[in-house]
Amino acid sequence: MQLLDWVDERFPLRKTFNEHLGHYYVPKNFNFWYFFGSLALLVLVIQIVTGIFLTMNYKPDAASAFSSVEYIMRDVEYGWLIRYMHSTGASFFFLVIYLHMFRAFLYGSYKKPRELVWIIGMLIYLTLMAEAFFGYLLPWGQMSYWGAQVIISLFGTLPVIGPDLALWIRGDFVVADATLNRFFAFHVIAGPLVLLALVVAHITALHEVGSNNPDGVEVKKLKGPDGVPLDAVPFHPYYTVKDAFGAAFFLIIFCAVMFFLPEMGGIFLEYPNFEPADPLKTPEHIAPVWYFTPFYSILRAVPSVGGSAFPGVIAMGVATVIFFLLPWLDRNPVRSIRYRGIQFKIALTLFVIVFLILGYLGTQAPSPGKNLLGQVCTVLYFLFFLLMPIYTKMEKNKPVPERVTYK
Amino acid sequence: MKKILSVLLLSWLPAMGMAAGGGVALDHLEIDLSDQESMRNGAKVFMTYCLNCHSAKYQRYNRMAEDIGMSLEELKPLMFITDKVGDTMSVAIDHKQAKKWFGTLPPDLSLVARSRGPDWLYTYMRSFYRDDSRPFGVNNLVFKDVGMPHALIDLQGLAEPVYKDETKKEISRLEIKTAGTLTAEQYDDLVSDLVHFLVYVGEPAKLERYSLGVKVILFLVVLTILLYLVKREYWRDVR
Repeated sequence: MQLLDWVDERFPLRKTFNEHLGHYYVPKNFNFWYFFGSLALLVLVIQIVTGIFLTMNYKPDAASAFSSVEYIMRDVEYGWLIRYMHSTGASFFFLVIYLHMFRAFLYGSYKKPRELVWIIGMLIYLTLMAEAFFGYLLPWGQMSYWGAQVIISLFGTLPVIGPDLALWIRGDFVVADATLNRFFAFHVIAGPLVLLALVVAHITALHEVGSNNPDGVEVKKLKGPDGVPLDAVPFHPYYTVKDAFGAAFFLIIFCAVMFFLPEMGGIFLEYPNFEPADPLKTPEHIAPVWYFTPFYSILRAVPSVGGSAFPGVIAMGVATVIFFLLPWLDRNPVRSIRYRGIQFKIALTLFVIVFLILGYLGTQAPSPGKNLLGQVCTVLYFLFFLLMPIYTKMEKNKPVPERVTYK
Repeated sequence: MKKILSVLLLSWLPAMGMAAGGGVALDHLEIDLSDQESMRNGAKVFMTYCLNCHSAKYQRYNRMAEDIGMSLEELKPLMFITDKVGDTMSVAIDHKQAKKWFGTLPPDLSLVARSRGPDWLYTYMRSFYRDDSRPFGVNNLVFKDVGMPHALIDLQGLAEPVYKDETKKEISRLEIKTAGTLTAEQYDDLVSDLVHFLVYVGEPAKLERYSLGVKVILFLVVLTILLYLVKREYWRDVR
């Protein structure tokens, strides 16, 4: 231990370890939904490590990008494995983050004093969306190309500055080599840098206020004579071993998809993306990857005004940004859904269904019936948030226990 | 909570089907990548009939020979004399001339089984029919007004369309009028072999992907059980 002492005199090693793991107390009643935080971290590491190895053989050049991906898939030793890890990881990142966010809805984890944890988390989510969008252009397939073309043209709908803005983003009049190069720069440097900084901030903010739990009661209130919360356990070793088990179980599912269904029937890897980008040939049906489709549906559901899709773009933007306001829209002081009234339970159930329907519709070619359904769902989506201050005040709560329920 | 989970899982299913092209019902072909003989036959068909206009520019000859169990003695006579076994399957077709002949450049077929799907290929190669209004005298049910001639016409023969009614607007089925050197069954088998080969070419890693996957998952199952036991041991004293 002499070495550790030597380090400790120069760097707060043990202090940091104890602050965040050894003596960091966490409620003992975490359930299934509490695995997704550490799983998101695991997927982030997978993405960064596989990304580094992909970068060694990928060429960010419109003339050779597609070929270099095929080179990775065929000629690089286990290149196919690294590539599938990265592409499967992208979809699982969103899956994990969506479930992680849903947990916050269930147990009111965004409520006072965790507003900043939630807001930083939302910033991570937005950065992740940007990261996924930039990354999807890199294989330079048909969907990469035309997906980017569509999304960038959304910026072109802004009044006055729109067309110039779109031109500035692309660096060319169409998506081209210049676009690919800058997207590569954002994807491999800017995005991960911001992401890592935000993750550190997210965890720092969380450790400042402590974790919420499925009962939504504050475990810090009741402390034993030793000053340790009665209903909490130190993160290490209790949650390190529990999360390790969760990670291994998660990897079984992850590997099942990666080895046996890497395309997930065209959901994770869209079939037209196995054709190289062709600026002269628009695909029959351009659909974004599944994690963007709920917002894409909202974009399509809002009718254009005077031939401009700008209102839809605004609706789509608001649909993502509105999550930031959640801590203030929800007026019920009770956190956990276990003790909340029926109003929130119904609203949340409806919201999940609406979100899934919108997600499904976004993968489909438009038809009158589907458009109507999309519009109804879009209205319900916004009503969930806009009416929240009203229905959360009407809730008849059940009594919240003093201590957490455990076994 | 369980309900929400099952809703989440079910919501994945509807989008799983692959989009069909041209509104024609595609014939399903079961792909068995352990059938090396089928892939070898397919390779011969591909290299004889397709690899003049079409390339498979990401596929190396020797990698293919090794993967599908073809000896170099079998491979060499099929190759262009100037190509080496370590080369990829590219072709020297002149782009300008090809555009003049076919109206478009014959696409590279390395990934066609991944972008179109095996069912599409299997149906497409069996859906050429006589249409005198087209430059090569044939049209295709799956790919209307395709620029490609029927490259396997000597083998399949030429099919005539049978219309639903007198208006001759909708084709109900195709009937071989001018016989080829193969029977209908033999031809279906040949196309099946070709599609097997193209599925392999689309993703050579598929051959090792499944077996490696089984090993990795078995390892993870054991690891998960062990970690669960560790977790249970640690949590024993938490009440």
